[in-house]
Amino acid sequence: MIANQQVFQFVLHLADDSLILGHRLSEWCGHGPTIEQDIALTNLALDLVGQSRLYYQYAAEIEGKGRTEDDLAYLRDVIEFRNHLITELPRGDFAFTVLRQYLWCSFRTEFYQHLLTSSEIKLGELAAKCLKELQYHQRFSITWINRLGLGTKVSHEKMQTALDELWPYTFEFFQPTAAEEKLINASLIPDCRDIRKTWDQSCQSVLREASLVVPQEHWDFQGGKEGMHTEHLGYILAEMQFLQRTYPGLVW
Amino acid sequence: MVTREDRVRQILLRVMDPEIPVISVVDLGIIHKIKSVDGAIEVQVMPTYSGCPATDYIPQLIAKALRKEGYVEVKVINVNFPVWGTDRITSEGRRLLKEYGIAPPKVGGTPDCPQCGANDVEQISQFGSTPCKSLFRCRECLEPFEYFKCH
Ligand SMILES: [Zn+2]
Repeated sequence: MIANQQVFQFVLHLADDSLILGHRLSEWCGHGPTIEQDIALTNLALDLVGQSRLYYQYAAEIEGKGRTEDDLAYLRDVIEFRNHLITELPRGDFAFTVLRQYLWCSFRTEFYQHLLTSSEIKLGELAAKCLKELQYHQRFSITWINRLGLGTKVSHEKMQTALDELWPYTFEFFQPTAAEEKLINASLIPDCRDIRKTWDQSCQSVLREASLVVPQEHWDFQGGKEGMHTEHLGYILAEMQFLQRTYPGLVW
Repeated sequence: MVTREDRVRQILLRVMDPEIPVISVVDLGIIHKIKSVDGAIEVQVMPTYSGCPATDYIPQLIAKALRKEGYVEVKVINVNFPVWGTDRITSEGRRLLKEYGIAPPKVGGTPDCPQCGANDVEQISQFGSTPCKSLFRCRECLEPFEYFKCH
């Protein structure tokens, strides 16, 4: 029997991933390189924050303790957040932003494809909704990876630097936590290790086409899914949760 | 025979999308079900994009319109499944979009310019003023236009 607690934690992980990355993207508002890209990044942010709401609502429902989506987003501290580390890294430059988007999004879409058939019906339903949106985001980031990777010497260098920095954070996608192992064994969620190969192949081909080279070093970062974060998450939460912490219960 | 659900649908035909005020929630295809349960009316709405700010607003507009028409017990809920898609926009909805200057979604190929009908168009941006639109320019009449993305 799977404890609700494990499903709850997993749904929180999905919610936190979307919220934190959505927040990072929202930092581009008013700073995009052109008006069109400014609009694009904020649209991506809106979708992700919207998706996180769906998952927080679902998590609150599973927990059944009267906490709301807002309580979960605004009143948990760093160690309670379950997002992948890659989502919380500072926004960096435009190359870093579109490449992170691609790496995360290509993993997430692959994962959601497999989550569609989960025996936990609601997980499959939400995956279907998010998948449609993420596939469109994916096209956006691939366009830019090609354009910058194959663009000028400077744009290519920026993309390569971003890849060197980001690649070690992708290993975390494929390392299930102990709690996830239980859900995998119960066939509630796909085994992230199984989708590694497909992800790797499609990723490598997109990057190669943009003349980018995947770094060979085998060092990696992990821990986000278990609440061990980089120092960056604290700053995001300080900004994001400030109002709710200062004026508890304040509503729009 | 006109059912209670039909009458509700007629009212909803006059509830416009807040961001594209020429198309009703019915023609936008976001009304999943209208149920009459023990005298109460329940309307199930399929939100468009997760990031659409109107997601919470539209149910309020629907409830308000129904109450104004005398329905007392009204419940409007968002359902995330089935997932809304642009194939749910009615043919009347597509006509209204075009008339308003927004190219309706087209499966495969590029949209036709809503001003002159030409297909020689280029994309300016994959995203637009609302989550559901992208931006194009017509190379024939040189007018920029919005395109309701296929979703
Ligand atoms: Zn034209």
